[in-house]
Order: sequence, then C-alpha cells, then structure tokens
Amino acid sequence: MRSQLVELIRVAVTSLPRDVEEALQRTLEREENPLARLQLETILKNVAYARERRLPLCQDTGVPIFFVRGFGNLSEVEREIKQAVRETTRTVPLRPSIVDAITRKNTGDNTGEGMPVIHFEGGEEQSIIFLAKGAGSENVSRAKMLPASEGVAGIKRFVVETVRSAGAKPCPPVIVGVGIGGTLDLAAKLAKEALLQPLSQRNPREELSKLEEELLEEINALGIGAMGMGGSTTCLAVKVLASACHTASLPVAVNIQCWAYRYARLRRVDEEWVVEQ
Amino acid sequence: MRHELSTPVGREEVLKLRVGDVVYLSGVIVTARDRAHRRALELPKEEIPVSFNVIYHCGPLVKKQNERWEVLSAGPTTSARMEPYLASLLEKFSTRLIIGKGGFSPAAKELFKKHTAAYLAFTGGAGALAARAIKRVLAVHWLDLGIPEALWVLEVAEFGPLIVAMDAHGESVYQE
Repeated sequence: MRSQLVELIRVAVTSLPRDVEEALQRTLEREENPLARLQLETILKNVAYARERRLPLCQDTGVPIFFVRGFGNLSEVEREIKQAVRETTRTVPLRPSIVDAITRKNTGDNTGEGMPVIHFEGGEEQSIIFLAKGAGSENVSRAKMLPASEGVAGIKRFVVETVRSAGAKPCPPVIVGVGIGGTLDLAAKLAKEALLQPLSQRNPREELSKLEEELLEEINALGIGAMGMGGSTTCLAVKVLASACHTASLPVAVNIQCWAYRYARLRRVDEEWVVEQ
Repeated sequence: MRHELSTPVGREEVLKLRVGDVVYLSGVIVTARDRAHRRALELPKEEIPVSFNVIYHCGPLVKKQNERWEVLSAGPTTSARMEPYLASLLEKFSTRLIIGKGGFSPAAKELFKKHTAAYLAFTGGAGALAARAIKRVLAVHWLDLGIPEALWVLEVAEFGPLIVAMDAHGESVYQE
C-alpha cells in the first residue's frame, strides 16, 4: 500500500486535475485584459511543464490532509450509531434538536445530513465516546487563524477574549477546550477532543500544562462566575491539545463546554462492551 | 428578598422586584425561542393563540403518552439569541416577565425599565428540576416549527428559584 500512497501524493502535487486545467483554459479564451491573459498563459505553461517533468506545481505543497473512508467496518459502525441515536431519541427520550441547516426543518430524530458527527480514528483499543453537546456552549465557541507571530501571547488573548465575550451564555462554570495548530478544521477538532481529557489529568507537555494553568487563572479573574452572576469560578478547567502546523499558520480553536458535561464511553473489556463514565 | 408570584403578573408586582431577589412563580407561562419570536412579531396580535404575560426561553424535552404531552426536562435556553426581538416584543405584548438564562446586553436594561418588565434567570442546565415545577401542558401551538421552537403553554407551581437578574429599575446582575 505504501507505494500507492506515495504515488497518490506525487500525482496530486505535480499534476493539476484535468477539469481545473480545462477551466483555466476556457478562462484564458474569454479573458480580454492583456495582463490577466499573461498570468493565465503562464499558469497553463507551468502546469504543462510540471506534469511533463514530474515537478511540484508550486513550492508550497501545503499541509498533508487525508480523508480515510470505508475502511474495515466503519460503515457498519456509522449505521449502528445512527440507529442508536434514532432509537434513543424515542426511548430515553432525547429532544429532537437537529434541523436542516438551510430550511431549518426539524428532522425529528436527531439525525440528518452528516449528523450525528462521527470522527473515525485509529488506535489499539476499541472504544466509542459519546458527548451530548448543547448549543449554548457550542454557539460561543470560536476558531481563528492567528498571525503566526502572535505566538503563545496571541493564543492566550484569543482564548480569554472568547470566554469573556461568551459571558453567561455557555452556562458557566465551563470547561474550556483549546486546540492549537493543525489547520482550521483540525484545530476545531482538537479543541473538542481536549474536552475529553479527565479534568484532573495533567497535560504531559510542560509548556501546555503551564498554558492551561495560566489560562485558568486569567479566565477565573474575569469574574463572570456561575451563570454570569459573578464570582471567582467561571471555569473548571482548561484543556489544551496541540498539533504541528504550517510555518505560516497558527490556528487556534476554543470549544466551550457547559457545566452539564454529558459524557460516557463504551469500551471493550474481555470481549465485552462496557459503558464507563 | 423572596417573592411568591402568580400569573398574570402586573406592573405593580414587577416594580417590587429588585436585582438579586428570588422569585417563585405559579400559574401559566409560555415558552418561546427564536422562531416563535419572529412569528409572534410578524402576525397580527389577534392571531396569537397565547398570552405573553410571562415568557420562558425554553425548548422543552417532552414525551407524548396516551395523547398527552409530558415535560421531562425544561431548563432555560440562552436568552441572548432573543435579544433582537426584545424591544418589539415588550412593546407589542406588554410582557411583564421573561425567564431565561445568561441575560441580555446592558442595552436591554433601558428596555425593561421603559416597559416595566423584569428578567428572571433560572439555572441553565437544571432541566429536570424545572420540569418538576411544571404541572401540566395546557396547550401547544406552532408545532410546525419543531418541538423545541413551538409555543408550549405550561402550568407551573412554585417554579424557582428564579433570580431577578434585570429589573424594571434599570439594574442588572450581569457585569458590563
């Protein structure tokens, strides 16, 4: 499989898909501005040259991103999860809160296009974590591409400002998940994953552990307090996960979790599935 | 100070409420969220099927059993989402109490003062406790908006503790 993956990457960075190239060609045919025509001509020349010479089209070959789908029994897991959501919506019951993003029509069963959200990941141990995330805290969560030069100071400003402007809306005391690095989407995912860490667990990375402590202190100095009524505890814990990123980027995401942290984990123990919390 | 109020709530009673006071409310309240607010403001007053004397920002978790609705969990939703409708709402319906969580921006203080209304905060996330104070579903309207967004007319008994978070004297518990 390795050699196919290598070829996959190579083709992608050295050759433009035909449809894109054809679109550029048509653009050139329509274009009347001489300077614009020159740019398009140069682009198309570059495309042809790179393909012929097997050279990367551009020096910035970007962040490598893969969408791995359909491996193993993932589709079955997905089907089972969706059915379980439908069933519990009726039996527990759960409030049907999922609507079509455009028509706003409620689907009635908490499923829908891309819903529930399922992240498939690798790992030695089979487990499924469930988090029921309310909109009050999700609505005030944010992601931002910071100028890389802003560094840790910029990260702190953004996190604290996000919590400050959220005020009482996310039902404080909150847990704050911070995702740093990666890409816009990865930072957002890391921020959500950060919320899955046990509150008392110390961050194994010393600089992140320090950042968590400093953020917690600054957030609690905001004085928002439980339900916005003031006081010293606005935040129960700050959890940070970081990933590598492009040298020109500093993505940061803040996912705020209300005090009502609805979490449980299904884990395989001695051939049995066990629900833990 | 502790107040026991019953609906309909009048101007005089609202004027007695001060920021930080605790209220227990009995009577009839109506839930309304974003979409219900929009519709209520669009429709002529005579087509509104309920009284908006007390509005509860809430999308309840309900279960239908033997043709009857039962409320299982019904904590408040974030009130700030309804802030764009607040001025028109108070003007059109003379609403006296709004129950929710998280409050409004400082700009809303003047509105509550002008219209002699108050904002009461119930604890976000405490849905089961709120449901315990809800005795009956008296009616439901606008179910086409979806269960959370519909107008649920609820009979409550000693619903609280509700904190007076913005009063009719221009005060607010929330920091600027």
